[in-house]
Amino acid sequence: MTLMKKSAAELQQLLHNREVSVKEVTEDSFKQIAKLDGKVQAFLAVTEKEALAKAESLDNEPMDKRGPLFGLPIGIKDNIITKGITTTCASKMLENFVPVYDATVMDKINQAGMVNVGKLNMDEFAMGSTTERSAFKTTHNPWNLNCVPGGSSGGSAAAVAAGEVPFALGTDTGGSVRQPAAFCGVVGMKPTYGRVSRYGLVAFASSLDQIGTITRTVEDNALLLNAISGVDHRDSSSASQQVPDFRAGLTGDIKGLRIAVPKEYLGEGIAEDVKESVLEALKVLESLGATWEEVTLPHSKYASPVYYAIATAEASSNLARFDGIRYGYHPEGAKNLEEIYLRSRAEGFGTEVKKRILYGTYALSADHHEDLYVKAMKVRTLIAQDFAALFEKYDVVIGPSSATTAYEIGGVVQNQLTLYANDVLTVSVNLAGVPAISVPCGLSNGLPVGLQIIGKHFDEALIYKVAHAYEQATDFHTHTPSVGEGNE
Amino acid sequence: MNFETIVGLEVHVELKTDTKIFSPAPSHYGAEPNMNIHVTDLAYPGTLPTMNKRAVDFGMKASMALNCEVAKVMNFDRKHYFYPDNPKAYQISQDDRPVGSNGWIEIEVEGKKKKIRIERVHLEEDAGKLTHSDNGYSLVDLNRQGTPLIEIVTEADIRSPEEAYAFLEKLKAIIQYTGVSDVRMEEGSLRCDANISLRPFGQKEFGTKTELKNLNSFNFVRRGIANEVERQEKILLSGGKIVQETRRYDETTGQTVLMRVKGSANDYRFINDPDLSEIHIDQEWMDRVRAEIPELPDARKARYVQELDLPEYDAHVLTLTKEMSDFFDATVSAGADAKLASNWLMGEVSAYLNAEQKELHDTALAPEGLSSMIKLIADGTISSKIAKKVFKELIENGGNAEEIVKAKGLVQISDEGTLRTIITEILDANAQSIEDFKNGKDRAVGFLVGQVMKATKGQANPPLVNKILLEEMNKR
Amino acid sequence: MTKFTEEDVKYFANFARIAISDEEATTFADIISDLVGFGDALKEVETDHIEPMTHPLQLFNVLREDVPQDILDREEMLASVEEHEAGMIKVPNIL
Repeated sequence: MTLMKKSAAELQQLLHNREVSVKEVTEDSFKQIAKLDGKVQAFLAVTEKEALAKAESLDNEPMDKRGPLFGLPIGIKDNIITKGITTTCASKMLENFVPVYDATVMDKINQAGMVNVGKLNMDEFAMGSTTERSAFKTTHNPWNLNCVPGGSSGGSAAAVAAGEVPFALGTDTGGSVRQPAAFCGVVGMKPTYGRVSRYGLVAFASSLDQIGTITRTVEDNALLLNAISGVDHRDSSSASQQVPDFRAGLTGDIKGLRIAVPKEYLGEGIAEDVKESVLEALKVLESLGATWEEVTLPHSKYASPVYYAIATAEASSNLARFDGIRYGYHPEGAKNLEEIYLRSRAEGFGTEVKKRILYGTYALSADHHEDLYVKAMKVRTLIAQDFAALFEKYDVVIGPSSATTAYEIGGVVQNQLTLYANDVLTVSVNLAGVPAISVPCGLSNGLPVGLQIIGKHFDEALIYKVAHAYEQATDFHTHTPSVGEGNE
Repeated sequence: MNFETIVGLEVHVELKTDTKIFSPAPSHYGAEPNMNIHVTDLAYPGTLPTMNKRAVDFGMKASMALNCEVAKVMNFDRKHYFYPDNPKAYQISQDDRPVGSNGWIEIEVEGKKKKIRIERVHLEEDAGKLTHSDNGYSLVDLNRQGTPLIEIVTEADIRSPEEAYAFLEKLKAIIQYTGVSDVRMEEGSLRCDANISLRPFGQKEFGTKTELKNLNSFNFVRRGIANEVERQEKILLSGGKIVQETRRYDETTGQTVLMRVKGSANDYRFINDPDLSEIHIDQEWMDRVRAEIPELPDARKARYVQELDLPEYDAHVLTLTKEMSDFFDATVSAGADAKLASNWLMGEVSAYLNAEQKELHDTALAPEGLSSMIKLIADGTISSKIAKKVFKELIENGGNAEEIVKAKGLVQISDEGTLRTIITEILDANAQSIEDFKNGKDRAVGFLVGQVMKATKGQANPPLVNKILLEEMNKR
Repeated sequence: MTKFTEEDVKYFANFARIAISDEEATTFADIISDLVGFGDALKEVETDHIEPMTHPLQLFNVLREDVPQDILDREEMLASVEEHEAGMIKVPNIL
């Protein structure tokens, strides 16, 4: 039995009782990776040597200096900068890129005494929702290896679901933490924009990106978010709001909770099994003393085009720095500067990245700037206002995390309504900048369904409280995929 | 046909902060290549800009000194273009909400005063430095990347190369007074591009303009514009058309040379930078910055003319740099006569600085020292001739004029008895000169004065010598 | 619906400094035409008095004191550079 499916609290107990050492916990993670990752393909880099050396030194720390995450293994999405450890963004562009500094979240992970065991697969530069757009490998869903894990943080969600690590960091620009968490049956939180420092997160769309947390349970998720949150003088968009003790709020008491369920979240394009699971979940919440009402987010139907214009425009700007000169992919035998630019970017970026850069360049060009880019930012204001209006009357907004459960690798989602519904569910949250979590709320044909709970700005504490109450009232979080247990 | 010259200037001024505008790397000039860098300057993935507060203060201060309205709300925008000296492939600048707008400065050319309007002053980051070699490669040094700049854009109000020169001289003086920049063209902390066009007198519309770059001194600005005006005039007179293009001034030939034709090739795709917050400037912030601005050259000039009775010309020259002006003020405060102080600063002091290629602070001269010397001249203790010796000592070794005079025995001999004895002796020995004098040869007096000066090592009080000499000769 | 042509692809690819083959241009022209059509949906939204949301959080005056820190070591910087000389990054001339 692996330690990797235990909670932080259980692992701390074992460490305190000296039943296991940090080194043994770390070794167990590598044992799991060795056993499972051939099938799951979640990791792009495994940092065994560094991790074990660190684990040994952590074992010397006195017990009373240890926090709730001390000595526990974590996997890091490969678009988060790790000093001395390759950070590729799953792109040929950064295949051999070894950073000279650590992201702020890595400083915080280190301060918490956690052990980074490796870097996790993703869609190239976080552009995608299946992890199939990685330049290096395709990650498989631990619940069904023929299915995608979702994306772009597919490696992070799959590694936690498979039991390779108990914790992972992902990033969420338009659903990239919540959707893979839903597909893999784990807990994934996208915090309020500004809650977690973006310093050291390789920017995709700066006004949408947030680092998020992926774990097996809500409590573990709350602990991890506590560890990485807070204002950072190196990120001018990080917020100085107080970070409450999220775990302290996990009382199970949600009596009187007012829930809004936008009709757009259960409408066209949402699969029936997903709809049913969510309605079931609402019943559970009602049984705990909550009430819910159907509401509307009138501008949510524009979320998708708004997101595409803004995210690609910012991406075209953020990804301009990859020019083959100071770091990254450098084409062989380029004769002049122009050729270095044109070829490093043609050969270093994959098709999806190029497509988004091209559309973003178009959106920002003089002729379309006002009609497309600025227009999208104005509609974004309306989308944010829709949420703000709901939060005047309701405590949380609830819906599915994804329109469907995980689909087959290589299969293209043909249904335009489904694609559209997926965007409505996820990207509007990033556009508004509000926090949202995905928690497991059912299984359909052996594949997990995710429940999305959205809160107002900086109200992660309430989201966790609701998610935790729901989790404790159900047993979905106790289900684990069978990968690696000989019966898949 | 006669043409009117139309010029607008774009002036970049580097701000003298300790760190860069968007990263905490040091920003001083003259470091070894790539030693003043931060991960943000290299545009490493994941890095983010942070806004230097002092750079905002300096941008505000310069804007205020240039009579601009200071923005109450401003933001920073990304301007995109690829170049090896621009690591992010965008420059962070200010597009539609610059720190300063609608300003002006007054210039004076051939006694005529004129206001040149300033359209805008915006904050931005400088690019790195590219050194081209002749073997097909360039070398990139990113020390300068991220140095704070203000770009000052004038309206097309300038009508001659001389006005452009006067504008730059005044702009440099104002900026230098505020202390936000060294404004040294030779170190690149002031750089200027000129937009030049011609139109027939009386025509309202502007002609097609060319942009002139590589103007590395105020004189080159003047000559470059003059040459470009000549070139355009020739084309227009021969029935040709001006092409909108960027040209470079070649210092060796004195001609402007084509760099590139401006097409629609540039689309900077500005976006409001999501990584940086808006800046809101309230009255308190505004007042604090305004209070830090010293008396500016025009105000000083007026004060020198009105309160100290200096000629306009003196007031202008003395206020060209803050250092000279401060020195003058301190010299006068220490008790020197204003006109004498002005004469010395514009004369001997400036001549010395030019000859030695020094600035005032490189010398040992202190305002108190200069003032003490001027006082000794005024009260007749030393002659202007002796003063030159004292001045040399003061500017090279410093100190106080009275002590120098005492130590070197340079006091003027103004004692009538002493002088009369010496003069009597000289007259006794020069009977022929007295004869000449009596015969109406005035030259003889000059000769005898010279003899007295020789005998007294130049320390005799000249008016007194003249007076006694005439008395004594008339007695004989 | 606006058709995004192969020429458009090459025009914007030039700004983005991405070399594009004719074949890719055709593919991208189709894909981006769809996106452009998709974006047209925004035209129907009334936004006359709406301010664009440039930042999801309305922060202002996030400023840093003017104190040097965290200087990057030049050798570390040069380690990821393809070619360098005299402490500087070597790049070929433009054309």
